[in-house]
Amino acid sequence: MIYLDNSATTKVYDEVAKQMVKIMTEDYGNPSSKHAKGLEAEGHIKTAKADLAKLLKVDEKEILFTSGGTESDNLALIGCAEANKRAGNHIVVSAIEHPAVAEVADYLEAQGYRITRLPVDANGIVDMQALSEALCEETILVSVMYVNNEIGSVQPIEAISAMIKEKAPKALLHVDAVQAFGKYKIYPKRMGIDLMSVSGHKIHGPKGVGFLFINSKVKIKPIMFGGGQQNGLRSGTDNVPGIAGIALAAKMIYDDFEKKREKLYALKKRLIEGVADIPDICVNGTTGEESAPHIVNISFIGVRSEVLLNTFAANGICVSAGSACSTHKQSVSSTLKAMGADAKRMDSAIRFSFSEWTTEEEIDKCLEVLHKELPMLRRFVRK
Amino acid sequence: MFKSFLIKYGEIGVKGKNRYIFEDALVKQIYFALKDVDGEFNVSKEQGRIYVDTVGEFDYEETVEALKRVFGIVGICPMVQIDDNGFDDLCEQLKGYMKAVYGEKQITFKVNCRRARKNYPLTSMEMNAAIGEKILEAFPNMTVDVHKPDVLLSVEVRNKINIYSEVISGCGGMPIGTNGKAMLLLSGGIDSPVAGWMIAKRGVELEATYFHAPPYTSERAKQKVVDLAKQVAKYTGPIKLNVVNFTDPQLYIYENAPHEQLTIIMRRYMMKIAEELANKSGCMALITGESLGQVASQTIQSLYTTNEVCTMPVFRPLIGFDKQDIIDISERIGTYETSILPFEDCCTIFVAKHPVTKPLLHIIKKSEEKLGEKMDELVKISIDSVEVVHCS
Repeated sequence: MIYLDNSATTKVYDEVAKQMVKIMTEDYGNPSSKHAKGLEAEGHIKTAKADLAKLLKVDEKEILFTSGGTESDNLALIGCAEANKRAGNHIVVSAIEHPAVAEVADYLEAQGYRITRLPVDANGIVDMQALSEALCEETILVSVMYVNNEIGSVQPIEAISAMIKEKAPKALLHVDAVQAFGKYKIYPKRMGIDLMSVSGHKIHGPKGVGFLFINSKVKIKPIMFGGGQQNGLRSGTDNVPGIAGIALAAKMIYDDFEKKREKLYALKKRLIEGVADIPDICVNGTTGEESAPHIVNISFIGVRSEVLLNTFAANGICVSAGSACSTHKQSVSSTLKAMGADAKRMDSAIRFSFSEWTTEEEIDKCLEVLHKELPMLRRFVRK
Repeated sequence: MFKSFLIKYGEIGVKGKNRYIFEDALVKQIYFALKDVDGEFNVSKEQGRIYVDTVGEFDYEETVEALKRVFGIVGICPMVQIDDNGFDDLCEQLKGYMKAVYGEKQITFKVNCRRARKNYPLTSMEMNAAIGEKILEAFPNMTVDVHKPDVLLSVEVRNKINIYSEVISGCGGMPIGTNGKAMLLLSGGIDSPVAGWMIAKRGVELEATYFHAPPYTSERAKQKVVDLAKQVAKYTGPIKLNVVNFTDPQLYIYENAPHEQLTIIMRRYMMKIAEELANKSGCMALITGESLGQVASQTIQSLYTTNEVCTMPVFRPLIGFDKQDIIDISERIGTYETSILPFEDCCTIFVAKHPVTKPLLHIIKKSEEKLGEKMDELVKISIDSVEVVHCS
């Protein structure tokens, strides 16, 4: 089996799984308990926090654990909107955000906030001119993703941050870094990021855990209430094995960082060069090192994504059509649409996403399947 | 308070000397329906009655829901069974029953006693009168109405005494296994599971055929059909699902027949394949979810053209139904949610923009002739390589 769907989710590091099993079966205490078992569990959380804070060069107090990317995004947007209501009611998001941000923006719009959705260019990069025009006194929050989950375009976060400082200094910057963390060294404070979402299962950690970096100066309100854990900002018994798991995965993914990144870019290049001789294709977004190392999105015009995906599956290769998060909605890619792609390109887009374990041989096998099956698939199309 | 159920069955009560066949089938289906319900059950036949007795703790709601799924049951009566400790005791017990079930409610009632044990000291009529009086005394809010009572309190004197007053409607029909077996063409849409359910309701055991066209239809689309078959199987008992790989015949038709005839020719071959599979496993009819005029392939001309390939009867129970009627049933039987999952089925993947709506049989036949022996070969391969999935 060749797994090229690492933007959907990743295989957990063995060491992470082992660590989690140990915590679930031996150090199973509730960190809120006062006895020895509780203390032991609390220790795991402290270590996890310290490790993550060191990686991001932030303060331990600025790490808040959540159930994953979606919760982090929800808390960042809703929590900030509510806490800063008096300062203004204008929120800016990009047009290519993950649904965990885009849908929350829709929700806030229904609650009375004014939302600006920034257009992107043909390569899926936010229009800075539009941002400059959108920012105003009323702006309380800007949310732009670091790496787009569908095409791997990388947003100019530092330029965005600089522009916010200039045009709307009160506004906060939230960055959904779910696809970027582990692929880029990100130091939120140095980049002017106020809030940043990260998910465990995209970095070879467990599902059901994530974190939100919250700059200590940020005003934010909880969206979940209960036992008052994590300083009342996120009630609910701490997911000790998950928290230990995400911290260890985060440390491990940055081991040999440069080497891994080089390798991913080489794989990306190999795939893109390998499809160059196939007629009627379109690589969506840019292809060089200005884009994310692990995501390649290609439209094979005339072959519906689902059909090509099934063909890959029959050959033991897992890829995704658009974004795997929306299996149950028969929707076209919102990112490609925002980039101005036509229906033919949207209907035939396939996303390949790599991990540190992806090999050249796997890419070659993938290319072989494409060269073998595409002519056949293109013979039979809906007339 | 209820520990047993009296099962009322309608039509099967009048089947003369074959009655035991129907009753035995019903008992079997009741056991099947109850197998996943919390509790231990004992189903017994006694003089034209079927009882479901529970042993120990059981989940009342689940039990009733399960019984409501059994074809052949007209009514489910939650029942209290007491020992015969004399008439005075019976009256006390009945008062207790009425209080527990109806409390202080203002209702009209009628007592209906029956004695299977004729040596009981009172006659049925005497019992009715005496019990009615006791209840009137005890519950000032209740009155007697012998014509249209709110509550018909039934008291049956057998070895023990049965008391019941509630009748929960069952789904009617006849028990599965009393009317042979038929082959359902199951597509994954809203209609075909409903069609299968309706025919099964007449006592027909189901087998099903699904046409899979990888890579054009996905594994998830196939899983969806399996899930639908499993949902229908909750009513019918296990369903054997034949998954036919139809890709090659379909592509061959695509390349060698006029495009606007594609769907109608495909459907003719599907019917042929389904009939052959039906013959192999002893089915005596085909079932489709077709509804007159719903789509191009379901006009009267199209049905005439597709029907022509079969010699077996083709049951189309939805033929006169509007879409909303079909949706209503599918919601009731629990297939709707699955049916509307958005996976493509093999009828739609290559569908022409303007398919023929009034095909002429002789023209379609001519197109098929051109497909020649190669087509028959491909069809044979499809039949020989059928994958069987047991759904229950």
